[in-house]
Amino acid sequence: MPRVKVEVDGVTYEDDVEPRLLLIHYLRDRLGKVGTPVGCDTTNCGACTVLLDGMSVKSCSVLAVQADGHQIVTVEGLGIDGELHPMQRAFHQEHALQCGFCTPGMIIASIDLLRENADPSEEEIREGLEGNLCRCTGYQNIVRAVRTAADEMRRAPEREAAS
Amino acid sequence: MTETQERHHGFGSMRRKEDARFIRGKGNFIDDIRLPGMLYGAVLRSPHAHARLVSVDTSAAEAHPQVKAVITGATLAGLNLAWMPTLSNDVQAVLATDKVRYQGQEVAFVIADNHYAARDALELIDVEYEALPPVVDARRALDDDAAVIRDDVEGRTDNHIFDWEAGDRDRTNQVFDGAEVVVAQDMLYPRVHPAPLETCGIVADMDKVTGKLTVWTTTQAPHAHRTVYALVAGLPEHKIRVVAPDIGGGFGNKVGIYPGYVCAIVGSIVAGKPVKWVEDRSENLMTTSFARDYHMHGEIAATRDGRIRGLRVKVLADHGAFNGTAQPTKFPAGFFHVFTGSYDMEAAHCEVTGVYTNKAPGGVAYACSFRITEAAYLVERMIDVLALELDMDPAELRLKNLLKPEQFPYQSTTGWEYDSGDYPRTLRLAMDMAGYEDLRREQAERRESGTGPLMGIGISFFTEAVGAGPRKHMDILGLGMADGAELRIHPTGKAVLRISVQTQGQGHETTFAQIVAHELGIPADDVEVVHGDTDQTPFGLGTYGSRSTPVSGAATAVVARKVRDRARIVAGAMLEAAVEDLEWEPGRWFVRGDPGSGATMQEIAMAAHGALELPEGVEGHLDATTVYNPPNLTFPFGAYICVADVDPGTGKVTVRRFIAVDDCGVRINPMIVEGQVHGGLADGVGMALMQVMAFDEDGNHLGASFMDYLLPTSMECPSWELGQTVTLSPHHPLGAKGVGESATVGSPAAIVNAVVDALKPYGVRHADMPLTPANVWRVIQGRPFRTDLAIP
Repeated sequence: MPRVKVEVDGVTYEDDVEPRLLLIHYLRDRLGKVGTPVGCDTTNCGACTVLLDGMSVKSCSVLAVQADGHQIVTVEGLGIDGELHPMQRAFHQEHALQCGFCTPGMIIASIDLLRENADPSEEEIREGLEGNLCRCTGYQNIVRAVRTAADEMRRAPEREAAS
Repeated sequence: MTETQERHHGFGSMRRKEDARFIRGKGNFIDDIRLPGMLYGAVLRSPHAHARLVSVDTSAAEAHPQVKAVITGATLAGLNLAWMPTLSNDVQAVLATDKVRYQGQEVAFVIADNHYAARDALELIDVEYEALPPVVDARRALDDDAAVIRDDVEGRTDNHIFDWEAGDRDRTNQVFDGAEVVVAQDMLYPRVHPAPLETCGIVADMDKVTGKLTVWTTTQAPHAHRTVYALVAGLPEHKIRVVAPDIGGGFGNKVGIYPGYVCAIVGSIVAGKPVKWVEDRSENLMTTSFARDYHMHGEIAATRDGRIRGLRVKVLADHGAFNGTAQPTKFPAGFFHVFTGSYDMEAAHCEVTGVYTNKAPGGVAYACSFRITEAAYLVERMIDVLALELDMDPAELRLKNLLKPEQFPYQSTTGWEYDSGDYPRTLRLAMDMAGYEDLRREQAERRESGTGPLMGIGISFFTEAVGAGPRKHMDILGLGMADGAELRIHPTGKAVLRISVQTQGQGHETTFAQIVAHELGIPADDVEVVHGDTDQTPFGLGTYGSRSTPVSGAATAVVARKVRDRARIVAGAMLEAAVEDLEWEPGRWFVRGDPGSGATMQEIAMAAHGALELPEGVEGHLDATTVYNPPNLTFPFGAYICVADVDPGTGKVTVRRFIAVDDCGVRINPMIVEGQVHGGLADGVGMALMQVMAFDEDGNHLGASFMDYLLPTSMECPSWELGQTVTLSPHHPLGAKGVGESATVGSPAAIVNAVVDALKPYGVRHADMPLTPANVWRVIQGRPFRTDLAIP
């Protein structure tokens, strides 16, 4: 079995894995990082979105072996010293979640969206989150939360850089 | 109000207590649960829609080194568990023994060390089938030559399930015979699926030492599940504990019991270890509860000047291969007979016939409030069809016929008593918000100039009926639809509220704490809401049909008032005053005329647990229980207006604006109500424009993944424009009505009405959902197609 060495949420793990093991199952079943869920089997829903070297990927469509030598950040690794990431705070403030199942992937995708475009318009936010399905919110408050987080992060960029 | 004030006085847009765990990935969903020694189950499913089961050979799978057991229909038959009761008093195969009756049906269950091995072993099972002709088209299900699907029932010779009717047939016929105008329209509400983002699953743990079965499962109705398991498995209820962990959306999909749950429980008994089963998306879409699938023929009678006189409806209901529809026992077509909607009329009648087809069971799901989605769609389409016939503006036609505020409580001709409403005010507000006259002008100009996309304006005015229900009339499998509540105040004045309903994202942990805060004047943050664990919570029927606020919310208000009354007696002893002399203000009892002399709830709580001598008959401590049996349903309503643009070249529909004015009485938490409405409106976009589960002539399911079964993304949804009016429910302790399903019920008709309105220049009167570009393009060409079938 191939051996992988991966940094996940700041901790380095080394494991023997089957080549066919999906990254999402490696994170959930082997590392206990169950904060990131699975919502479909055709790569449509984005519930499993994590950051791989800073960029969002659907971890149901990446093999664990492909993550060898890379850095992963999940929703569980956001924020520092117990303080929430501005995106997490904004989701709470704007009521951008209900059942909470799409939320981890949605927050991660939103963070990646702001990395690409720090001051997105509503249309750009909607387009940027097209890969993440939500069944509860009708998206509007999610769009609002991303705007709120963008404003806050532009006001205090050094805090975001640290997280 | 500032947020601080809101917290102390209960109602208001308090931020959610639930969020803290979900935004950190610290929710606890079914697939997050891990127990020592836990095994994993996987289901082998039928590739055929209809076939005789000749043989099932599991030997190769059993030889797999990581496989612990393989369960088949034969195994279950030996335990008398091959069939289970459904919520409609039919039976459903757990694992097939005689035939398979829909594609994806459960045939065998593998238990292995891990998920991957279980899936591997499925491919080692060898099943021999003998194909039978499937019944795919519900309209052919009762033909003489249709194959009999349910030959498990001795003597059955056809696919007929039930006939049900409501209203006065003779009077309705008289009204139609004498009517100046009668318009008829066929319409299909296609088979769709609630598709919660989290699929269904279970972790079953049979402890052979204690004899106690614990199941963690995706259930909207934990107590009902426990009772059904007791009836099916023969275990006593005190030896069954059902726990609903965090649920990643339910939308009616997680009301019933699925074969996978029963298999996991049997698997745990067989293997002596916990067994987890979590389905994947295609399994969820193919085999768990679908929604709708009503083939409706509507007729509307009116005077030439636009007074509606009657409605007559025939429905053919496709229930799939087993009648698993979830609704109160006496209502096999749910509450469809609320189809007269928001309008005053002389008479109405409906007939519903249910039939079996070779498809998965279901019907009632996806925020339907027991078939009110279908009822609201029917009447709101019929109003538009009539408006077209009369060449009247659809808003004007509605305003002319809407029930008037002074008519409430209103006895409908089909047997409902609507509790309250002020419909014209609500519709006028929506029209003002939309700028209705300006929109019509813009539309006229566009039609005149012939430039740009086609523009349509669609209205839907709906009346919901939620909060099932009075136990005299409403039960599920004999269980009356009342809900318990228990409230306990700790010595320092913090509280724990135990409820029988089960949130799947609707925010109960916050709003139910707000109800206690509102009644007792203690901060909502000091109230812990416990739900979902049948060992810890009072009996009740769970969350669906938007019944939580009407029933369990009422129970919470009542139980809090009981505590407040007890607190008054304790305060009387503390203050050495007669209880009649005490007055209440939020958070404290005080002596009338002497506001300085009083006791706060916190002081009273401590005294109730302390050395204070209490009056005769008062036991001490500060707690109460109640069971709330609602006197009636609540009838929220709303006015929705959709503005849609249609590209005549491609048939693509864009929802440009959507205005939604909802009236659900008192809003306990307006922020949460608005979130519920947003989500329901997105459902409407999905159903009206994108979603259908179609079948081909062999019974193949053509919507079995998110590649084909399309959900709206952020791109298809506009920014919703919400408004509200407030008309209290007179019988509810808080004046609150349910609201969660209103937007799903009300919005599809507004969108379809808008699209049909846009297509008016082409002489289009109706088009069936989903209004995909292909369907709209064909409708423009004058050759619509059956959206539910892919049969040449």
